[in-house]
Amino acid sequence: MKEKAVIYVGNVSKAFKLPHEKQGSLKSVIVNFWRHKKGYEIQDVLKDVSFEVKEGEFLGIVGRNGSGKSTLLKILSGIYSPTSGDVRIEGRLTPFIELGVGFSPELTGRENIYLNGSLLGFTRKQMQNMYDDIVEFAELERFMDQKLKNYSSGMQVRLAFSIAIRAQSDILVLDEVLAVGDEAFQRKCYDYFYSLKRNNKTVIIVTHDMAAVENFCTRAILIEGGKILKAGDPRNVAQSYKELFLPPEQEQPEEVFEEPPVLETPKRWGTKKIIFKKVKVTKNQKNITIHLQMDTKEQVKSQTTLAYTVKSADGSSLFGDSFEIGNDISDGTEIDAAITFSNILSKGEYYIDISVRDVLSGIYYDFWSDCTSFDVIHAPENALHILTNSKITIETQAIPATSK
Amino acid sequence: MNRIKTVFSKQNHALLGELVRTDFKLRYQGSILGYAWSLLRPLFIFAILYVVFVKFLKLGNGIPHYPVYLLFGIVVWNFFAEMTVQSLGSIVGRGDLIRKVKIPRWIIVISTSISALINLMLNMIVIAIFMIFGHVAVSLSIIYLPLIIIEVYLLALGIALFLSAAFVKYRDINYIWEVVLQAGFYATPIIYPLSRITSITLQKIILLNPMAQALQDARYSLITHATITPQKIFKGGPYDYIPYLVVGIILIVGTVYFNSQAKSFAENI
Repeated sequence: MKEKAVIYVGNVSKAFKLPHEKQGSLKSVIVNFWRHKKGYEIQDVLKDVSFEVKEGEFLGIVGRNGSGKSTLLKILSGIYSPTSGDVRIEGRLTPFIELGVGFSPELTGRENIYLNGSLLGFTRKQMQNMYDDIVEFAELERFMDQKLKNYSSGMQVRLAFSIAIRAQSDILVLDEVLAVGDEAFQRKCYDYFYSLKRNNKTVIIVTHDMAAVENFCTRAILIEGGKILKAGDPRNVAQSYKELFLPPEQEQPEEVFEEPPVLETPKRWGTKKIIFKKVKVTKNQKNITIHLQMDTKEQVKSQTTLAYTVKSADGSSLFGDSFEIGNDISDGTEIDAAITFSNILSKGEYYIDISVRDVLSGIYYDFWSDCTSFDVIHAPENALHILTNSKITIETQAIPATSK
Repeated sequence: MNRIKTVFSKQNHALLGELVRTDFKLRYQGSILGYAWSLLRPLFIFAILYVVFVKFLKLGNGIPHYPVYLLFGIVVWNFFAEMTVQSLGSIVGRGDLIRKVKIPRWIIVISTSISALINLMLNMIVIAIFMIFGHVAVSLSIIYLPLIIIEVYLLALGIALFLSAAFVKYRDINYIWEVVLQAGFYATPIIYPLSRITSITLQKIILLNPMAQALQDARYSLITHATITPQKIFKGGPYDYIPYLVVGIILIVGTVYFNSQAKSFAENI
């Protein structure tokens, strides 16, 4: 029974004609015909979309605004016809593109119930039998003989929802129904979804609410640019959906300082036996890496450490670490270091201090405050790490003294 | 077969009923006299026409029961005009339904046409009242009247289907139709008796118009046998059938065009 496909979508494409200017008049048609001009542009909204929905499935369709998901929904509902491809529906399908379609502000609540019910395919007699339940569920007993225009928007939604959930179709198509209403209403929506699941109804929802997708859907489809980008497990699809909103990672500009500064500044000072030449920060979702290049100007024979501190925009130190990088570094050695730590930072701008020093004497070879900065645009989803788990990789390259 | 089944399904029937009901409720919304206007409006219009055409212009000399004859003509023409004008904007006017619910598109046009039919029935009550006061003798030919009304309905329906579908794409249609209706009003012997046209050829041409034919036949069947009908003018022969042929062609063209456009209503509105 679970295997039966009740919705079959095969290679569906949809293109809209977008008029250039205010067309829709005979004159412009004639003028454009005369000039052999097309008065419109073709916009491909769906490109070769295929999928199936099996009986009892709860399918979520997600995607950014303008990705074509609502168009797909309207094609499934039979409101739009596809430009090419075919759609087969087994059984009765009821779309809810919007709650309370056809509601007329000049009619009373009672009259609107009957009108809305007829749009859902109920006869007047069926509506009469359901009427009391609908009113009770909407908690609007006192208002039924008032005109709808005197209802608050919350009352209208409640009324529309109470009628909508009476729909007895095998397949229900819901577009952004969750987007309206307060918390109590949302809870009612969720209860309704649970009851749909219990009754083994086939449901397709379009939503931006990933929590709903993960909670209710047995399967999800991600649409981007009119194509199915991903289909399958709701968790994975929800994850891919979220990733759509990440802008491409920007390369942080490299800070290059070939020559050590002549003068000591409050921001940078030290004996210059070892100096920082290049500093660069790279990021990915999980980690932040500081790439450093150091140059040894004079041989050092004591234990040497490299340290970093991450500071917030207001200058307070957040965390840091230090790493031993050697105890006998010969003149001319280039050291490349990459310090990686977990990205536990929230959104914002951060500054980095770096230093290299002799551990025993505490003398700094090069201390550089605010050597570079970086932005965190997307805070990590689950900042479970309390520790930054700093790690370092070091490559040293001894340059023979003769080559200097 | 399947198609016919869906056309007459219970759901469609119920929906049609609700749409007509809504239409009717909204029509006189906010007016104090409400539904009474359905009767008062034709009464007042008739009073004006009576004064102008019967008392001052004396157009109806020679035609028995000319006042009722005139009123009846107005009523039938108004039915035709109202049905086509209301239907013309019906698909666009119900854009919210078209874009969001899957309902057969023709239901919207049919519901508008039924509203017009209901109005016609109410107006016929007024006619009946005047017939009683005017001592108009009803003859057996009244049995043809429903058939003639059906003919006018089908003609108006064909036009309504065509116009409502075309209006979705071309918003000039309503202005054009307004002009055509105005021309049609004078091309049809509504306020002037056909006998006033002295040229027989011109009478013949006028009677090729289905509205003129239907109007004259309706008057013949209901009010007076003195009405000039196509049968009297053409004396049989193929010309008699031309008005019916026109109705048939318009109905077919309207239906075919409407069906070809219906699929894209939702995206074009």
